This record gives sequence, C-alpha cells and structure tokens, in this order.
Amino acid sequence: MPSIISRGFRGRRGDAPPGRLPPGQYLTRDFPVLSAGPTPHTPLERWDFTIAGEVGEPRHWTWEEFRALPAEEVTTDIHCVTKWSKLDTVWQGVRLDTLLAGIETSAQYTVAFSDGGYTTNVPLADLTGGKAWVAFSYGGEPLAPQHGGPARMLVPHLYFWKSAKWVRGLRLAATDEPGFWETNGYHNYGDPWREQRYWGD
Amino acid sequence: MDELMLDGNAVAGMLSEVFAVEMTTATMICGNCDIAMAVGAAHVFRGAGIVLRCPHCDHALVKIVENGTRMWMDFAGMRTLQITR
Amino acid sequence: MERTTVLGRLNWQAADVVGVAAETPQVKTIAFDVPGWAGHRAGQHVDVRLTASDGYQAERSYSIASAPGGTRLELTVVRIGDGEVSPYLTDELQPGDQIELRGPVGGYFVWEPGDGGPLLLVAGGSGVAPLMAMIRLRAAAGSDVDTRLLFSSRDWDDIIYRDELQRLNGNGLTVTHTLTASQPPGWAGYARRVDADMLAEVGPGPAERPRVYVCGPTPFVEAVAEALVHLGHQPQHIRTERFGPTGS
Repeated sequence: MPSIISRGFRGRRGDAPPGRLPPGQYLTRDFPVLSAGPTPHTPLERWDFTIAGEVGEPRHWTWEEFRALPAEEVTTDIHCVTKWSKLDTVWQGVRLDTLLAGIETSAQYTVAFSDGGYTTNVPLADLTGGKAWVAFSYGGEPLAPQHGGPARMLVPHLYFWKSAKWVRGLRLAATDEPGFWETNGYHNYGDPWREQRYWGD
Repeated sequence: MDELMLDGNAVAGMLSEVFAVEMTTATMICGNCDIAMAVGAAHVFRGAGIVLRCPHCDHALVKIVENGTRMWMDFAGMRTLQITR
Repeated sequence: MERTTVLGRLNWQAADVVGVAAETPQVKTIAFDVPGWAGHRAGQHVDVRLTASDGYQAERSYSIASAPGGTRLELTVVRIGDGEVSPYLTDELQPGDQIELRGPVGGYFVWEPGDGGPLLLVAGGSGVAPLMAMIRLRAAAGSDVDTRLLFSSRDWDDIIYRDELQRLNGNGLTVTHTLTASQPPGWAGYARRVDADMLAEVGPGPAERPRVYVCGPTPFVEAVAEALVHLGHQPQHIRTERFGPTGS
C-alpha cells in the first residue's frame, strides 16, 4: 500500500544549491546527533590513537603528540545515510596521510575502531590522497563528545557512518572486514553519489 | 547518561512488523553479562541504525537497520530470547 | 511474568483526524478515528508517519492518551519550536486530514485494572500522556486502587489536563504537582525538580511494593528512576518510558 500523503506536510528541509545533494538526501539546518551507543568520556590523559595491524611497526600518538601534528581546516559537505546532509561544515583535523606517512604496508583495507566498540571498514585508498582526516574541531570549537569528540574520523566522500566517532585507531588489514553496520545491512563501501546505502545497492 | 537514549519500548512498532507477539515483554539474556531483562527495559540508541543495549553492561544485544523494503536484524549479542505464549 | 500478547504482524494504517483541541499554549490533543482499530491498552503508543508529496517521510512515536474504547484514539503533542513533526501536528492538522500510524505497541509500559496497585505514576511534562490513559481507564473502570500521580510541569499554565486531573482527584487518586520554573501567587505546593525526598513524601514506600511508571524526557526519567532505586524501590517494579532529549 503506498504511503498516505499528509496534506501540507513538508518537513524541516532547506533548499540546496543544485547538484550539491546526492540522490535521496535532504538538507538539514541543525546537526542531528545519532549514536550507536552511549557517549564515551575518555579523559585526554588516557586517549591515544594507534595504527596497527599489517604494518611493520605499530604507531601510537598521545593526545599531545597528536595535536602537535600538522593540522588543517577542512570545509566539506557531509551526508548521513539517514538522509540528511549538511553543507559547508568546517572542521579541523590531521590528514590520514600525515598519520600514515612512512608506514610500510601491503594492506589494502582498514578498520577504524572507537571507544565503545564501534568499527567501520574503509579501503586504505579512500583514506589517503587528502580524502580523510582525524578531526578534533567542528565549527571552530573543540569537537563535542556527542559529535564524536575528542576526535573522530572525517571521511566526507562516503556516508557519514564511515566517519567513526570517538575513534581510537586504525587497523590495517589484508582482507576487508565489514564493520558494525556493514555486517548488518549497510553497504560495504557507502558512496552517497551512487546511493550505496544498503546491501545490494 | 545520554539524553538521546530511549527504552526498548521505542522499537516496539518496528519489531511488531516482524514478530507476531508483543516483543517488549519478551525477556532477553545478555550475551555478555548474562543478566536477563525485558526487551522494553533495554536501552535504545539511534545511530545510522538502531541498537538495543544491555542496561547493565552496554553490550549491543540487537542491531536493526531498515529501509522501505528490507529490514536487517542481528541478535548475536543476545544469548536467549524468551517469549511467553 | 508477563503474558505476551499475540497480535499478528502490524503495519501502517490510515488515521483520520476528527478533532484538535488545545490543552495548554504549547500542547494540543489530536483525536483520530482509525477504521479497523482493534483497541489498545493504557500506556501503549503508536508510531506516526507523515509523508510529503515528494515522498519525504518522517516518523515519531506518541503515547496514546485516551483510555481504550472504540476506534477513536487521542494523542497529546507538545509543539517543539524547531521540530520537524510536532509543529505540523499542532499547527496544520485539521479534521478530515489523514496521517499514518502503526500500533498499538508497547506491552511493557502498560497498566490494566487487573494489575492492581498501589500505583506511583511520575510524569515530566508531556510524559503524562500514557499515564493519563491509565488514569482515564482507571476512572472508566470504577477502580479505586491507590494511585498517586506526581506531575512535574514548568508552571501552572503548562499543566496538561489540569482541570480533568482536578476533577478526577479523589476516590483513591491523589494528584501532586510540582512547578519547576514559576509558581502562581500563593502556591503552597512543590516548586522544584522531582527528587528522592519528594518521591518519599508523595509515593507509597518500597514496602508497599507499588507498581511505578515514570515517563518524560530522558534526563527526567533517569533522575527519577535513580532516586526511586535509591529509596529502595525494586528496579523490576519501575517501568520507564523515555521520550528522548526534548520530550518530543
């Protein structure tokens, strides 16, 4: 049975400039908070970021070491699989290229892992070449815990579930390992421009 | 405490499309800490999809993703589901 | 142990708006007629779905505020200023309009006269809706089971169902208000957020083994549930329905 149209219902949607929204997306003015679990509160003294797995030697940064790395401002559009998009969001973060610099690996796959147990898989090639960051600031402020702070992945060319909140590291892997949502219906790759939301899309 | 967190009751409608019995009064046993609770007492989080977590240890008991035509459910985090007929 | 209700698989069905009434400046009760409605139990809710002409959809859950009866049900909706769904429901809907709903669901947060009491109902703002369904059912059934409603609202004008609760007060039902933001002149009642002391003064004690239902915004429910456990109430006798951050 097709859905009943409710007279006059529009929802709270903005109008986006043509071509800016991937198919099936709607523009939002606020920043919905969506979480698969309770907000972790790891104190900065205990926070670290690790790159391990198919690497010669694991790499590891404390918060101070991480924040001493060269960082940049990123202005980008973000697209959530639940259909909202936000344009021209402003972040500050460290490029994954910087974190991966000098790491020798034959791995082609990665799994980002977070406090609370969340994981998401992203091909290594999608994290390099200036396409991904570990972000610590949003909108000019330190990244709030409900939005993934102190640091989250920022991989804006894929649906935003691939930008793991509360990220603590990356595991490089020889084989692809579908993560928390990829094992439960969400698309393994997640390109919003090809509307790859679910398995089989 | 998370402001967004809901109770298992919040997914009653979604589960009612699949199960022929009222699910919020069914009992789940957590696969991590073995504590039993009503589905209605689980903690519900809405991320890209929905997660039901154990109120005692936060272990993910159930994951649900849906679109208009398909629904995916993962009960691996739950050890046992008990329904009274 | 709860008997699980066999209800068959539910799906979205059409609901016709038959009435819209203001409860408070920000709150309206919308009455629906749902052809084929099989009835509901007090405390249950429905999922509401709105579809725009271009296919865009939004879904929300609302507790059924009316007592069970016929094919009519009432939802009480708080208008959240920047909300996506509530302003449409409170500002736009008129008799003759249609929405879709799925339900009733939620056998966990339910009371029937056969369940007995004593009852302790703790409501934060619009969280009173499912508890009102229980209170209305209790009245319709002629039950005099010891029932205490502790109802937190911002101020006197924001009290949803205020007059009806005043009329129903008595015959075993005690309604206690707390007004957290401002109070009318001469107010002698509670003027603070619900806390353990208030619950101890108002409610049956743990020794009476009351059935407790707490409903409202998530932070409210968290604080009340914690206070109740702190007072010695058994967690398994406390049923909660969290509405999320804003109560919408």
